[in-house]
Amino acid sequence: MGLSRQKYDVVIVGGGGSGLRAALQLSEAGHHVAVFSKVFPTRSHTVAAQGGISASLGNMQEDHWLWHMYDTIKGSDYLGDQDAIEFMCRKASEVVYELEHYGMPFDRNADGTIYQRPFGGHSQNFGERPVQRACAAADRTGHAMLHTLYQRNVSAHCHFFVEWMVLDLIRDYEGVVVGVVALEMETGDTVVFQAKATVLATGGAGRIFQSSTNAFINTGDGLGMAARAGIPLEDMEFWQFHPTGVAGAGILITEGVRGEGGILLNANGERFMERYAPHMKDLASRDVVSRAMDQEIKEGRGVGPEKDHVLLKLDHLGVEVIQKRLPGIREIAIKFAHVDPVREPIPVVPTCHYQMGGIPTNYYGQVVAPKGDNPAEVVPGLYAIGECACVSVHGANRLGTNSLLDLLVFGKSAGDHVAGWLATNPQHRDLPGDAADQSVARLSRIDKAQSGESVAAVSASMRKVVQHHAGVFRTGPLLEEGVVKISEVVDRVHCTAIQDKSRVFNTARIEALELENMAIVAQATLVSALARQESRGAHARDDFRERDDKNWLKHSLWYLEENRLEYKPVNLQPLTVESFEPKVRVY
Amino acid sequence: MKFSIYRYNPEKDEKPYMKDYDVELQHTDRMLLDAILRIRSMDDSLGLRKSCREGVCGSDGMNINGRNGLACITPLKDLKEPVVLRPLPGLPVIRDLIVDMSQFFRQYHSVKPYLINDSPPPQKERLQSPEDREELNGLYECVLCACCSTSCPSFWWNPDKFLGPAALLQAYRFIADTRDEATSERLDNLDDPYRLFRCHTIMNCVDVCPKGLNPTNAIGKIKEQMVKRMV
Repeated sequence: MGLSRQKYDVVIVGGGGSGLRAALQLSEAGHHVAVFSKVFPTRSHTVAAQGGISASLGNMQEDHWLWHMYDTIKGSDYLGDQDAIEFMCRKASEVVYELEHYGMPFDRNADGTIYQRPFGGHSQNFGERPVQRACAAADRTGHAMLHTLYQRNVSAHCHFFVEWMVLDLIRDYEGVVVGVVALEMETGDTVVFQAKATVLATGGAGRIFQSSTNAFINTGDGLGMAARAGIPLEDMEFWQFHPTGVAGAGILITEGVRGEGGILLNANGERFMERYAPHMKDLASRDVVSRAMDQEIKEGRGVGPEKDHVLLKLDHLGVEVIQKRLPGIREIAIKFAHVDPVREPIPVVPTCHYQMGGIPTNYYGQVVAPKGDNPAEVVPGLYAIGECACVSVHGANRLGTNSLLDLLVFGKSAGDHVAGWLATNPQHRDLPGDAADQSVARLSRIDKAQSGESVAAVSASMRKVVQHHAGVFRTGPLLEEGVVKISEVVDRVHCTAIQDKSRVFNTARIEALELENMAIVAQATLVSALARQESRGAHARDDFRERDDKNWLKHSLWYLEENRLEYKPVNLQPLTVESFEPKVRVY
Repeated sequence: MKFSIYRYNPEKDEKPYMKDYDVELQHTDRMLLDAILRIRSMDDSLGLRKSCREGVCGSDGMNINGRNGLACITPLKDLKEPVVLRPLPGLPVIRDLIVDMSQFFRQYHSVKPYLINDSPPPQKERLQSPEDREELNGLYECVLCACCSTSCPSFWWNPDKFLGPAALLQAYRFIADTRDEATSERLDNLDDPYRLFRCHTIMNCVDVCPKGLNPTNAIGKIKEQMVKRMV
């Protein structure tokens, strides 16, 4: 096939929190690991996480992993798989302590323990009152965590392929994943990497929305690769809208602001969350707060000349608390909203933030897909972790701080499981003859196209469709129209042309490849959302306002081939404790 | 708005040149990166790195009207026209605004930028007082954008021997951490006429750091510790 080849025990695609945690587990165990990243690892989007990482350490007041588990299940609107949620919440303290031992600069309490702050949806004693569970490094927790993990990987001599984009998975004739095809940006070379195990850790695809807190690199590459390899995408209708993105700019303002005591106000100066969530108020879960904000705006109580946002007030916390606990937020507000929060409130609006769905896995990180009677047959050799995966611990709505936890718990868990897989599968399997054909064809189309629409124009159309047709509130007709429009966008994606045909660091080519991945995710989102005739978590339908457990307590599985859907049951059976039965969700 | 941008594609261009652009901005374009993306939507061959677009990932460091900074947090309204954009100075150019940062990262890696503590870890967290933790403020926030090191004349002359402000800031980040047990080894590693002592406190690093950090101060503290252990 003409391309050069390299061999590693394990290929990890993505150098963010989960990829680095998995790499560390394997590198420290002495395996030959290659981590691929489109950007230098510390530039991965984990770096932008602000508020904290959850663990029931109990440093501030009594806490228990079982309460954390309950909060996570309730937060997921009962769509989360309870085995995986128990696994994550029980492991939380262990992985946070490990991170501290690696050098994570957590904030501290007077007794020297890790400082924890309150966060939305996290409670004591099964919803009684807010609890301080979010372990924080000021409002730069993700930055501190990503750098700490990278640093530890440097000491473990992990091998990084920096500024490489992985294009496609290689599956052999038995369906085993045997490696990847990757493109080196600096040279434009395409190389086949043979691996005994492949781990996808490519993060989310929040860039499919017009208004997003996500980085430019969050283009769902792993989801595109999986879908092209015949693997379904799970629960893609569920996208989290973070309540507090800076109005107009989309930059994230951590929920930790409300954790520290900040409140949301409408145009009348009213703390409206008291009406929507009498107990948790501003610290209700994100889907609830975002919908309440949208409702206020819709009913004319928005702020500003267009009445299109609300205000986040925190000046009452005092300059000392703001400077100590929320210094990054102050910086962002001054730069992007032109207000100093020690004096004025920050204009905020719900903004797309997190992808709850993804590549279906079990809690070992193994990718699973229906086969025959088994809804969760393992795809041998393939793992997925972090935001690109759907374990599912977040279900229909993720709790703040559970994303960083997810990265550590399942990064480590997948690392351990891969090590076991390597012990029983010590040999590289043969590459199929057509290993690189798909990638080569994709590149060749982009290189040869002489005329066509620009990638920027088609990307803009895609973002507009997704934003308008799959936003905070959805309706049948809106989604139906969205499904048609996104199909048109998908057709246009395959007819784009780039002007720049050079090999060296051709960012236009990278963006064209990314758009192919994003279009797949966008289509999965709209098709899955149209089919789900209920409101659950972040998926709110004006025409089906209630949660419908009788018909819809199940996971969606979207297949690229035929653009079709299947479903699989939610796992309501935890590992050791009693099941939490679905209840009406109030905060 | 008018721009003059450094262009170089090694496959086509014998030598670099400056290309002029005149771009119509929208009212939503507030930062320099917004304007560059407008230019890119007309000319997709303009190469630059970018990611978070909020100043935390450190990708889009470049030389803006003669001064290093991050494009995504540089407000357009503060810039004099034509806005002159060049790659970060002192590093080899791969293409356009994209520089080869290998040397920069090699220096970073050489300070062993990770916590060294060989004592068996406790069951829970290692304790650290809030005061000791505060010593890390102004150090751990570095985004490795290289704006500081590539504005430092000492780094331009000896990029292979002088560590540069970014690496030295990280060296001190671990020296200052009460949980780290390798201070003496770290100081040995820096005790060299070039690695540390080529810093002549010119303070360009402090002037340009987009995160408001002070590498010169950290370098001063390393020197203090060296003196302290000599007496």
